[in-house]
Amino acid sequence: MLPESRFRSEKLAKALVSRIEALAIRLKRKINIMEVCGTHTMAIARYGIRSLLPKNIHLISGPGCPVCVTDEGYIDTALELAKSGKVKITTFGDMMRVPGSDGDSLSDYSDRVKVVYSPQDALSFAKETNEPVVFLAVGFETTAPTVAATVLLARKQNIQNFSILSAHKLIPPAMEALLSAGKAKIDAFICPGHVSTIIGSKPYEPLAAKYKTPCVVTGFEPLDILQAISMILSQTLSNRSDVEIQYRRVVNPDGNPKALEVMYSVFEVENASWRGIGEIPKTGLRVKDEFKEYDAERKFSIKVHPKGKSDKRCICGLIMQGLRPPPNCKLFGKECTPTKPVGPCMVSSEGSCAAFYKYSRDDHSLTHRKYVRRNSTKTRQ
Amino acid sequence: MCLAVPAKVIELKENRGIVDLAGVRREADFSLLPEVKVGDWVIIHAGFAIEKYSEEEAQETLRLISEMLDASGE
Repeated sequence: MLPESRFRSEKLAKALVSRIEALAIRLKRKINIMEVCGTHTMAIARYGIRSLLPKNIHLISGPGCPVCVTDEGYIDTALELAKSGKVKITTFGDMMRVPGSDGDSLSDYSDRVKVVYSPQDALSFAKETNEPVVFLAVGFETTAPTVAATVLLARKQNIQNFSILSAHKLIPPAMEALLSAGKAKIDAFICPGHVSTIIGSKPYEPLAAKYKTPCVVTGFEPLDILQAISMILSQTLSNRSDVEIQYRRVVNPDGNPKALEVMYSVFEVENASWRGIGEIPKTGLRVKDEFKEYDAERKFSIKVHPKGKSDKRCICGLIMQGLRPPPNCKLFGKECTPTKPVGPCMVSSEGSCAAFYKYSRDDHSLTHRKYVRRNSTKTRQ
Repeated sequence: MCLAVPAKVIELKENRGIVDLAGVRREADFSLLPEVKVGDWVIIHAGFAIEKYSEEEAQETLRLISEMLDASGE
């Protein structure tokens, strides 16, 4: 038996929903809880969590999908490399269909692109070919250590035809940027379980205290998410804004120090451009000078130009900041679908639009608020 | 993309090993998680073990939720 299936018990889910309902009545006001992890976005949609919640508990999706927040300029650079015919691109599958400024994507150059499951598969591929191999290093703190470990291995094994194009991003400073901008009303965070596996829960403490925002590091099963919501409501009712770990079976307060050491041995922090949002200070990771021969930008004398062009009608940026729900986009479900995506939130299987389309598309004419209300009513009947 | 799944460590030799991932055996790298032994449960992301999976904590979490069930009188 998979150990995680225990966290899908209907009986226990009902107990948690009863608890949440009791707490929500006492709260007497609306609360917005943001998740900042694409895997949470998918789990919330897949298990119909919104339909189980009282109408004053709103779940909103933040910029938690690494593919979605990767700037068009980065995609353009990857496409430029693929089109040059001089290198082979290796990438996680999610990146294949993300459109660049001219609307083409890596899937249009599939003879120059290889999809891999792990950065180490990209390194193995480099060993098998004489051509230069570039790995598209996209992802948050969960993924960056695996790429750093691969760079260390490449150096150890003296593999010279391997390099990476880094678009790695950091989550806690992006959460702080959302809070300090103050555009979206965020009352609490469901913090990412696997990012926190690496960084621990401590990095959220300054923002929980400064912005009085409860943060709960959460697992990915239905019971995890429901328990986290119940913990957030308990905190709110007792005027607390603490950092708590619900996903204790995997996450500890200090994270994984070895993974952090490996990550920061290869990367250093820089400013980063987030697709649809813009530049956020100190949220990116670039390859350190001592590993410059593994940095595709320096190796091939190319420069990622931020803010490439995108379809002006796409509101992915607003959706990823929690300002608008997917059905508010004029393209959603019409010109933009998972088979023919316009924006990155529909391309990635973890994107807010893809999740909403897959599991709630019958309601895609509804606004998010109405969607939640209607489903809550159904539950009560 | 941060998808990571529990798996059981079957074989281990320095930084490389074999894990059982929902009945499928596959290679994994343990350079980010050195203190692991055969039989441990770990979390795998992009071919790397990134943390141990604590069965004790899993049971404790379920126990806390079950207490809620008792409290609601169902």
